[in-house]
Amino acid sequence: MNRIDSLFARKRAEGAKSLIIFLSAGYPDLPTSVELAAACAEAGADLIEFGVPFSDPIADGPTIQRSSAIALQRGVTLNKILAAVPEIRKRTAAPVILFGALNPFLHHGLEKVVREARAAGADGFIIPDLPPEESGEFESICRAEEMAMTHLLAPTSPPERRRLVAKRSMGFLYYMSVKGVTGARKDLPPDLADNLRQIRALTDKPLAVGFGISTPEHVRQGAAVADAVVVGSAAINLIGQYEGKPELLGKVRDYVASLAGALK
Amino acid sequence: MSDKPSTMAAPAQALPDERGRYGGFGGRFVPETLMQALYDLEAEYLKIKGDPAFQAELEALNHDYAGRPTPLFRARRLEEALRTRAHVYLKREDLCHTGAHKINNTLGQGLLTKRLGKPRVIAETGAGQHGVATATVAALLGFECDVFMGVEDMRRQEPNVFRMRLLGTRVVPVESGSGTLKDATNEAMRDWMARVTDTHYIIGSVVGPHPFPMIVRDFQTVIGAETKRQVLEREGRLPDWLVACVGGGSNSIGLFHPFYADRQVKFVGVEAAGEGIASGKHAATISAREVGVFHGSRSYVLQTDDGQIKPAHSISAGLDYPGVGPQHSFYAATGRATYVSATDDEALEAVEQLCRAEGIIPALESAHALAHLKKLAPQLKDGDIVVVCLSGRGDKDVPTLRERLKID
Repeated sequence: MNRIDSLFARKRAEGAKSLIIFLSAGYPDLPTSVELAAACAEAGADLIEFGVPFSDPIADGPTIQRSSAIALQRGVTLNKILAAVPEIRKRTAAPVILFGALNPFLHHGLEKVVREARAAGADGFIIPDLPPEESGEFESICRAEEMAMTHLLAPTSPPERRRLVAKRSMGFLYYMSVKGVTGARKDLPPDLADNLRQIRALTDKPLAVGFGISTPEHVRQGAAVADAVVVGSAAINLIGQYEGKPELLGKVRDYVASLAGALK
Repeated sequence: MSDKPSTMAAPAQALPDERGRYGGFGGRFVPETLMQALYDLEAEYLKIKGDPAFQAELEALNHDYAGRPTPLFRARRLEEALRTRAHVYLKREDLCHTGAHKINNTLGQGLLTKRLGKPRVIAETGAGQHGVATATVAALLGFECDVFMGVEDMRRQEPNVFRMRLLGTRVVPVESGSGTLKDATNEAMRDWMARVTDTHYIIGSVVGPHPFPMIVRDFQTVIGAETKRQVLEREGRLPDWLVACVGGGSNSIGLFHPFYADRQVKFVGVEAAGEGIASGKHAATISAREVGVFHGSRSYVLQTDDGQIKPAHSISAGLDYPGVGPQHSFYAATGRATYVSATDDEALEAVEQLCRAEGIIPALESAHALAHLKKLAPQLKDGDIVVVCLSGRGDKDVPTLRERLKID
């Protein structure tokens, strides 16, 4: 069984919710991003999304655009990220998902990247610009390699798209809480719980909610209906704040622990 | 009325197919947030495409407002200068209102926005011509309008920034990346993701996710449809060569597409070779022949070994784009069109040549097509008919021309 499926099966049996943390691979540098992934997992993150930077991301807000641009400036590549995943795997059993725009994966070769990611110890992919209409080939490759290809749902997805995406998504289903790009927001949309409940009713697959989630209170609100909550930009902001300082890992660990605490 | 413009004379080819594919190119590679909006846009577009009232409204605007049909001018002194006995015609899109072919698309998409019932439009712009054309239509039709423009381009094309502001549009500076057209496009897509319910994105070229390449193409085919009629009237036969510049590729697709089934008509797309292909500082996307997914569609793209998009380079901001429309990639892959390139210096020479020979100051973009004409001239046979798309006028390029041509 894929580590993602095992995670959600175990959590469901325990009646518990999961915390997912997004990190930009290579930010502030590749070894530190590996340390950060391990630290997040130790502090209570159940799954790590390891962001593969792209030069021209259209789904990312300013925070992740910046962390991606810095990672690229400092020379990170998909090959180097694939070589770093085993370092994370040595330190934690938490599932690792490679999250990024299609083009670097496509250029690497879809079959090649799935096989190499699996060999490195990763468990799946999230590719925001690869909707179900275009993802058939990639899903088949993932299925053959027992890797997950997780799809996203948006507030703008009408019921028939919700059903399509729910059917096609592997591992879990990722609901973007807001229209627009990634980024920490002060408040979550008032209709979030309603939307999550409607999607919940469509599928048995685990349901994660992300985009705009930054505080323990947001985590509590999201987890009230969803099985998992994703925090990205807020963690990246914190990393930016303490980049190069000795307290970086400790600060991130404390923050992740506070989010994980909200799920108890 | 032979002179009446026909705006939608696209021949009935299955391009794109129902998935928005042109052979292996095209598609809809965007985040889920935008998927439903793309389907809604396609459905609404297909309705208006077959709606005589919409088409009549657009034809009237094209005629009375944009100044269509544009003339087809036989450039006899240019023929002499090039020492050719071929008949060289210029399709005078530079005479359109706002100074370039971009208005053909923004009028069409503006009317489409009205049908969609959205109060706000956004656009990306490189040279500023599409931005100005969008700002113009926003003023005409009463939309709120934000245009995203890279900071580098805002510097290069300052007069167009002012024109947009004068027309009541907000110009949003884009600092990310190289501060050029690709970055402005990223930012426009991000804005669209956040405001997709009240905003229509008037994309400026035959790029982006389906149905945009099809919609922009259809509104630009007025160029080719008029050309076909005008050449037939003058010469009694179809042209032998069509030559147009290619950045994203909207003026060239607009010229070529109505001749798609006329296999004897040769298409030549001219990309920007910048400081030379070997220098790496160029925008000759098709010449590089690498497939990727960029700005929502699968097409040729300039990229690194790691699949990151490479910044393009061209003296012409309108061609300074590392992607190209999927229909061009399809034409290139199937051999229907030939793609060549012209350098910054060759384009500058062509500007000067056309100014002196015909009293027309072409846009630097269009000058790339003229530069290729010079290389093509020795191959042309007596009586060959060549149409070059003069996609825009060069007024916006005066600061660059002054700096580079050293005439003062």
